[in-house]
Amino acid sequence: MNTLKCTTCGHVNNEGTTICEKCGKPLDNDQNGKLLNMRYDGTAIRSKTRNRSIVDKIWNFFSSVKVGVTLIAITLVASALGTIYPQQMYIPQNVDPAVHYEDQYGITGQIYYQLGFHNLYGSWWYLILVALIGISIFIVSIDRGVPLFKALKNQAIKRHLHFLKRQKYFVENTDVSEQDRTAFIQNLKKHRYKITEKNGHLLAEKGRFSRWGPYVNHLGLIIFLIGTLFRFVPFMYVDDFVWVREGETAVIPGTNQQYYIKNEEFIFETYGESDEDDIFQAALDRTNGPIPKHFETRATLYENVSTDVVGSEPELKEVKSGEIIVNEPMKINGLGLYQDSYQMNEFQTMTFKLHRADDEEEEAIVEFTVDLTDPQREYTFDNGYTIELNKYYPEYELNNGQPRSVSNYPRNPGFVFFVKGPDIEEQEASFLAIGQNIPSGDNQYKLGLADFTVRDVSGLNVKKDLTLPILGVGAFIFMIGVIQGMYWQHRRIWIHPDDNSLYVACHTNKNWFGFTREFEKMINETNLKMIEDQETKEKE
Amino acid sequence: MSKIEQAKQNKKSKKRNRFIFRTSILIVLFGALLFAVVSNLTAEEDAVVEVGDQAPDFQLEQIATDDSSTIQLSDLRGKGVMLNFWGTWCKPCEKEMPYMEQLYPEYKEKGVEILAVNLDSTKLPVQNFVDQYNLTFPILYDEHTEVLDTYGIKPIPTTYFIDENGIVVERVLGGLTVEKLQGYLDQIVPEGS
Repeated sequence: MNTLKCTTCGHVNNEGTTICEKCGKPLDNDQNGKLLNMRYDGTAIRSKTRNRSIVDKIWNFFSSVKVGVTLIAITLVASALGTIYPQQMYIPQNVDPAVHYEDQYGITGQIYYQLGFHNLYGSWWYLILVALIGISIFIVSIDRGVPLFKALKNQAIKRHLHFLKRQKYFVENTDVSEQDRTAFIQNLKKHRYKITEKNGHLLAEKGRFSRWGPYVNHLGLIIFLIGTLFRFVPFMYVDDFVWVREGETAVIPGTNQQYYIKNEEFIFETYGESDEDDIFQAALDRTNGPIPKHFETRATLYENVSTDVVGSEPELKEVKSGEIIVNEPMKINGLGLYQDSYQMNEFQTMTFKLHRADDEEEEAIVEFTVDLTDPQREYTFDNGYTIELNKYYPEYELNNGQPRSVSNYPRNPGFVFFVKGPDIEEQEASFLAIGQNIPSGDNQYKLGLADFTVRDVSGLNVKKDLTLPILGVGAFIFMIGVIQGMYWQHRRIWIHPDDNSLYVACHTNKNWFGFTREFEKMINETNLKMIEDQETKEKE
Repeated sequence: MSKIEQAKQNKKSKKRNRFIFRTSILIVLFGALLFAVVSNLTAEEDAVVEVGDQAPDFQLEQIATDDSSTIQLSDLRGKGVMLNFWGTWCKPCEKEMPYMEQLYPEYKEKGVEILAVNLDSTKLPVQNFVDQYNLTFPILYDEHTEVLDTYGIKPIPTTYFIDENGIVVERVLGGLTVEKLQGYLDQIVPEGS
């Protein structure tokens, strides 16, 4: 049914066994035909046994190397297809991807988008593919690794003659002197072979651990995949961004309002400012515009210790302060704030002066400063004048003849001022913006920009990745597995005495040539014959 | 005879053990797969409050329409709440504001409150805006963008429609027409009013 009885020694083997576990006789009844397939040392692969239940069927599906290779091939093809058009993160921020791909690339772009190729690594089907590869690796390792381990651990020392005759490397020596035999064994020991003996039958073996290379490598891969899974756990992985203005405090995204960052000062240096940059003068003369040399954010990190509801005034406790420079992040609990980008010279305050329109000297009657971070409605003075800031547009543009602001920040401020004074009947209005000063009519008074201050905005990348150590460990174990399998070979030599012959058969899992070189050294100064390659003999 | 029995027994238990072993491993592996897929699909919107979620509570000061008080979302439990995130510089926000004002008195009667969370960096333009459109519903000022961060708001306008139990019924990214607005507001009218 599902056992195989060895005709020579009577040992009962599991179905699927190709070489008797006990005496090593080949069980395929092909007595002197082809060379033996030594994969898994002839043991029955677990999944090759009879399968009835659905669990067995699923198990066998995943334990197939063919299935694993197919999954990897599909994933490779999908990854390749994903490079045809740009991924979603590289298309403009302000477009709808659903429209963009079709617009840019036509019908193929639409298909690309529909199938989720625009966000390949986040698409559910790609993820499932990778996970299935992981499952396949895991199951195949158990399915094949365990029987192989057992087979090599309990391997028979004394092997049936048919077994030896059907190895790739085989030789029959006749009339071997005891001296040669011991010299040969000595040489084996010198070459670090472990020798076990049973009734004059010898097994010399070395490098068995290299057989575990693929399994160690798979273990590393599995750990690596588990690490990538943890990316989806919010406290393990954060990748976000925050703009923070000089003098302002912003909540750090991805921290559930626990941490705040204050931009104390943004420092920006360009080449050509100091004497040591003189050597670059020639190069600098060829460029138009300054070349950034160094920029950093002096920042203070706060923790919100208030337990009140979101939106109520946070209670900030200073945690640390210092510089954030490119490649030198500020870190807190595995969360890193990296200097990413900047916006220079955003207006912060503007100072205006009021003078008579007919005064050539433009002597100031009053002077006042509008704080653009918190503009006040009215500016009153002891001498009876009042300026009302009626309208304020942080980034002003004309839109169908009407001024409006296109953003939230004072990059190009526009103002409507009402001037009231002791000798003004109603009020006088004027519109001011950079390079513009438009009176509403025949005004006696005129406002002019006297001064302004600017500040910089620093863009910080918020990153947290606690999965890296897991990925590192996985990759390290992976490499150990690769080295184990690559640089060592598992070599075995069976020595079978019979009447007055001494049969020698060898097997190695790779580098047969290297093995013959070693064997030559081991029969040196003995009369033993060199092993013959039966595979090439077969072909002849 | 007993030997054969023994062998049969052995085989049976071996089979059973193998079944248990394989089943448990498959369950663990497919559990991990399921976790990966589900968390991946929700990771995109990690911090984002979605339909079906309990709307996170917050408290903000009112500006422009009523300078004197703060409003806490949980105090409005029992009413439907339309929570709108907006800024004065944003055109689609400006377009839908008159619709909100138009429908506000009617739905206030029916037990629905409108809260407009403003994201401007300064208050003066907000005041001008409110005066221009004669808005009467509460304007809340999210000065430290904490509520924005809590709700994970990316584009504005974004509008949440929250029922009387504080559960998000609808989330709308982008502007609303007056018909759509009316439809959504109808969905959050508290039962029995």
